[in-house]
Amino acid sequence: MALLELNEVVAAYGPITALHGVSLKVDAGGVVALLGANGAGKTTTLRAISGTVQKTGKVMFDGHDISKSAPEQIAKLGIGHVPEGRGTLGQLTVWENLQMGAYTRRDKTGVKADYDRVCGYFAWIPARRTQVAATLSGGEQQMLAIGRALMMRPRLLLLDEPSLGLAPIVVQEIFRIIRAINEQDKVTILVVEQNASIALQAAGQAYVLEVGRVAISGTSAELQKDEAIRRSYLGY
Amino acid sequence: MTAFAQQVISGIATGCIYASLALALVLIYRAMDLANFAQGEMATFSTFISYSLIEYWHLDFWPAFVITIVLSFALGVAIERVVIRPFEGKPVLTLLIVTLGLFTVFNGLTGLIWGYVFKTYRGGFPSVPVQFGGLYLNVQDIGVLGVVLVMLLLLYLFFSRTKAGLAMRAASLYPDSSRLLGVRVGWMLALGWGLAASVGAVSGMLVAPIIYLDPNMMQSILLFAFAAAVLGGIESPVGAVVGGVTIGVLMALVGTYIPGGQDLRLAFGLIVIVVVLLVRPAGLFGRAAVRRV
Repeated sequence: MALLELNEVVAAYGPITALHGVSLKVDAGGVVALLGANGAGKTTTLRAISGTVQKTGKVMFDGHDISKSAPEQIAKLGIGHVPEGRGTLGQLTVWENLQMGAYTRRDKTGVKADYDRVCGYFAWIPARRTQVAATLSGGEQQMLAIGRALMMRPRLLLLDEPSLGLAPIVVQEIFRIIRAINEQDKVTILVVEQNASIALQAAGQAYVLEVGRVAISGTSAELQKDEAIRRSYLGY
Repeated sequence: MTAFAQQVISGIATGCIYASLALALVLIYRAMDLANFAQGEMATFSTFISYSLIEYWHLDFWPAFVITIVLSFALGVAIERVVIRPFEGKPVLTLLIVTLGLFTVFNGLTGLIWGYVFKTYRGGFPSVPVQFGGLYLNVQDIGVLGVVLVMLLLLYLFFSRTKAGLAMRAASLYPDSSRLLGVRVGWMLALGWGLAASVGAVSGMLVAPIIYLDPNMMQSILLFAFAAAVLGGIESPVGAVVGGVTIGVLMALVGTYIPGGQDLRLAFGLIVIVVVLLVRPAGLFGRAAVRRV
């Protein structure tokens, strides 16, 4: 069953239309990659889901119509959006960033368990709880952003270019953790990437956007075999 | 020497009043980068509410003090929701004009309801001198200092130890990220206005016993509070208090030792603002943003 479903979503920034009717489905428990060139509408698609861009069309999440919902309501329903640029709360400490992730939650023991879980993924966190987040490295900020979203105990995680600006070895590590989050914690993941090869390795399904429309979709295996995709996005 | 020390002490006491109103300014500035010109008039309005509670409802000062703080909080929240919210996202200049509008509204409203006759206001502390090491301290001044320090401590604990305080900081610095985490950023702004109105109310209730109660009583204090906030670094609560006390002492000395200084105190307040903005715009305690480069 689809956990998330977009139907003919049109989104615009003022006079500039970024999405010209995007429809896609994310099945519960899956990892779905959203690929495409710069300006194809990948980030805008995520923003349409989390309610941070003006849009028309229908967005269904777990049976709820969230097309008209405010970002804070959508977050509360269980969508954790790690935005472009990581959304680091830079002047706050690492610990405060994680606390903010758990902002809407009232179950103290659950929050504690999730904190331990986050520390399981990112072992450097406990020793650096009091460090100001802006002074972390890019990779650490990305990890903190994922950790902060996990503190929401989301059912769907939206990741916007987790590889951006990071060294290849750090990218590998982050995608290993993304897979672990999906497999162990049963969190459904929709990941936007420019780095198509690593995204297709992690994802089961993928959509390719071109100028605000879905151009191609299919399983990762199919897309990896597709000649045109290989040449345009994988570079071999 | 004693005369000098005496002036410093009296300056510290008045400085605490400036500090408390500066704290209110800092709260709103931190929440939305806005200098609230109506802060003083809102404080006056609150003080008149406490006056009514004391004079007509025959409450003692301290119960009236607490009730006024609560009512002022509600008033601050309501102002943000009704008057400020329609202008969210508009240029700061637009919002500044709105606060100037609020200034005139509250000033007029206070005059309309309570009239322009100066009223004596019985505060929470007796105005009794006590001798301490050759200097005379006023119990009232010590009380003012104590109240301001307690208020600063409570605000510090609120912002550093509570979830709502943390969310307010996050919402003001990173509204977009905070929304994605489920924070209702608009309500955090309203909460900021509520807190500022409460803190302003305290400053009004502290100063009224010293200078009589009238609808214009906070106007010169507002200027010194701005000077204090700018000097301390307009985003720093501790800076507001240090700035307030510094301005208080400075003004006491200016009034005493510079010929004509008493009449030029407001001008000196403005000079402080201009000089700080020229020399050190972040103020004494303003932090430069931490960033990895």
